[in-house]
Amino acid sequence: MSFPWAKQYEPKQPLMRWLDEKLPLPRLVYNAVGAGYPVPRNLNYFWNFGVLAGLALTLQIVTGIVLAMHYAANAGVAFESVEQIMRDVNAGWFLRYAHANGASMFLLVVYIHIARGLYYGSYKAPREMVWLLGVVIFLLMMATAFMGYVLPWGQMSFWGAQVITGFFSAIPLVGESIRIWLLGGYAPDNAALNRFFSLHYLLPFVTAGVIILHIWALHIPGSNNPTGVDVKGEQDTVPFHPYYTAKDGFGVGVFMLVFAALIFFSPNLLGHPDNYIEANPLSTPAHIVPEWYFLPFYAILKSFTADFIIPAKLWGVLAMFGSILLLFFLPWLDSSPVRSANYRPKYRAFLIVLLFDVLLLGYVGGAEANARNVILGQIASAYYFAHFLIILPMVARSERPRPLPNSITEAVLEKHGGTSPAKTALA
Amino acid sequence: MVRLISYLVGLAFVGVLAIALFGTVSSAISNPAAETAEEEFHLHPHDIGLSSNGFFGRFDNRQVQRGFQVYKEVCAACHSLKYVAFRDLAEIGYSEAEVKAIANQWVIEQPTINPETGEAATRKNVPSDRFPSPFPNEIAARAANNNALPPDLSLMTKARHDGVNYVHALLTGYRPQPAALVREFPGAKTPAGLHYNPYFANLNIAMPPPLTSNGQVAYADGTNATIDQMARDVSAFLTWTAEPKLGARHAAGIATLVFLLIFTFLCWGAYQNVWRDVKH
Repeated sequence: MSFPWAKQYEPKQPLMRWLDEKLPLPRLVYNAVGAGYPVPRNLNYFWNFGVLAGLALTLQIVTGIVLAMHYAANAGVAFESVEQIMRDVNAGWFLRYAHANGASMFLLVVYIHIARGLYYGSYKAPREMVWLLGVVIFLLMMATAFMGYVLPWGQMSFWGAQVITGFFSAIPLVGESIRIWLLGGYAPDNAALNRFFSLHYLLPFVTAGVIILHIWALHIPGSNNPTGVDVKGEQDTVPFHPYYTAKDGFGVGVFMLVFAALIFFSPNLLGHPDNYIEANPLSTPAHIVPEWYFLPFYAILKSFTADFIIPAKLWGVLAMFGSILLLFFLPWLDSSPVRSANYRPKYRAFLIVLLFDVLLLGYVGGAEANARNVILGQIASAYYFAHFLIILPMVARSERPRPLPNSITEAVLEKHGGTSPAKTALA
Repeated sequence: MVRLISYLVGLAFVGVLAIALFGTVSSAISNPAAETAEEEFHLHPHDIGLSSNGFFGRFDNRQVQRGFQVYKEVCAACHSLKYVAFRDLAEIGYSEAEVKAIANQWVIEQPTINPETGEAATRKNVPSDRFPSPFPNEIAARAANNNALPPDLSLMTKARHDGVNYVHALLTGYRPQPAALVREFPGAKTPAGLHYNPYFANLNIAMPPPLTSNGQVAYADGTNATIDQMARDVSAFLTWTAEPKLGARHAAGIATLVFLLIFTFLCWGAYQNVWRDVKH
């Protein structure tokens, strides 16, 4: 693990030496996020988002544990207990708004983190395992976020649970039985609410465990960097502490500023008004929409409107799950040895199209299902699948990458106006 | 092998989407969606600019108290306020004695049981009680209101899009149904027992116009009670009932942002300082 020039942990005080012999926990921290972890010197701000995601999870766990002390997971009183948190619990409004908006912040930084990985080829060898574990974390987050949204037991909670568990009824033959088994009834009710609460409390700790594996797997090859070129020597790296702890401190400040602006000045901006109406199984909302972070996947689901061999609903469900599961195969779909899109002009162009495509899917997912929006959604969904399953493997074979810098240090010096062997060779 | 499977799966999804797209386009051409009365005549509320808006927004207690008076004298006949307690009124500037008096004199009493016989009974409200519902249950509420259920108002301004402005627009938006609407959509004529209101989602609302004449409420502070003024005041009151901690939230937010700006600036300085000798 790590590079030969990594600094070694050398405790000076007798107490720390004693601790290091019995339980080398400080050594572990030193090697993981301290001076013992050499990191490429050229990371840009997109490399802040891993730490921010970890911070967001920590904040969610802290606010969530305190909220669970006041929340009552019972369909008869859940909605009222949330209102009691908002009105009668000391700083309860702060805890709840921090938790609800914290979920949005968590998903936001994770989406940027994933986009960073796609752009700079962080999913490629030797970091496939880091990527695979990352997709597992993303799936766990989605499950946790969905179940958390059900807990306030508002109209969108109830009908969202109804729609999402309805996916399982698309499975041929056994679908309806599976749906009833998952819900513990024919429709979401107390049994479903209780199990969702139990799992919503459990899964963040599972996520934390997988994050430890994610970081462990990352530390074997070390971090990727904007050039995608391997670290060649000591001059290419700086110790994580103090260099990246200082940079991450600044990143945390900016993150907290955005987060605080949401909590204190626009806490309901990302929520849906219908969730301030108590769940009512007899009254279906005019538009059932998930939270913003699920909208692109919801758009894919809604785009499959034609029965072809199997029913349209089953196509939609397969496509929606498939749109995420295909990420597991990404390291093998993209066979290009070049990591960073900065040196892959064609891939870069298609990736930028994909970014706008996902934003368009997000718009369609939340918009009214009129003909124009359905057409947009169908085209955007088709591009999404074509991008990963057809275009990407083709581009990897046909593309001629731009010349790579010989090393990270060379790329850095070139950026700062120094001459480089590559430039000299061209001249 | 991976590549071949990937092409096949990709082509399957793209192919099915192409079939679906063909279906969507051909049905959109063969029978284009006709505009509905809701799409053409529904109006969006305009901003009423309450003092609780904005970064430094605070409740104007005098206005919120006037709104409470409107709720008490007009809305409370049908609408409950079940998440708000009488004691909460202290937050909008009523003294302890005033809160006690308001609770004590509230027309609808608190359901309880007779301690001697165990039979259902009522008692006078005390400050720790929540506002009692005007109807004992949903069936009674519907029976008294032409089968419509008057919704609870505690969270109304958060439970509708643009809720604060919506409440004001709805209360002042009653008008005769436009002749053009009936001409264009003969089927959309407001049914008997409903009332035309372009701010309501389906244009026809069961609630009869609650604010009908200027001076309907005699404001204790002497403010001229026009319909618009009463609608504004009750919107302000319902903003408070939905978000009673708004003032504290804004104040804490300003302090937090100032703290975080200083924190972030210092972090940026530390970052620049640590990296000053390293090109990156």
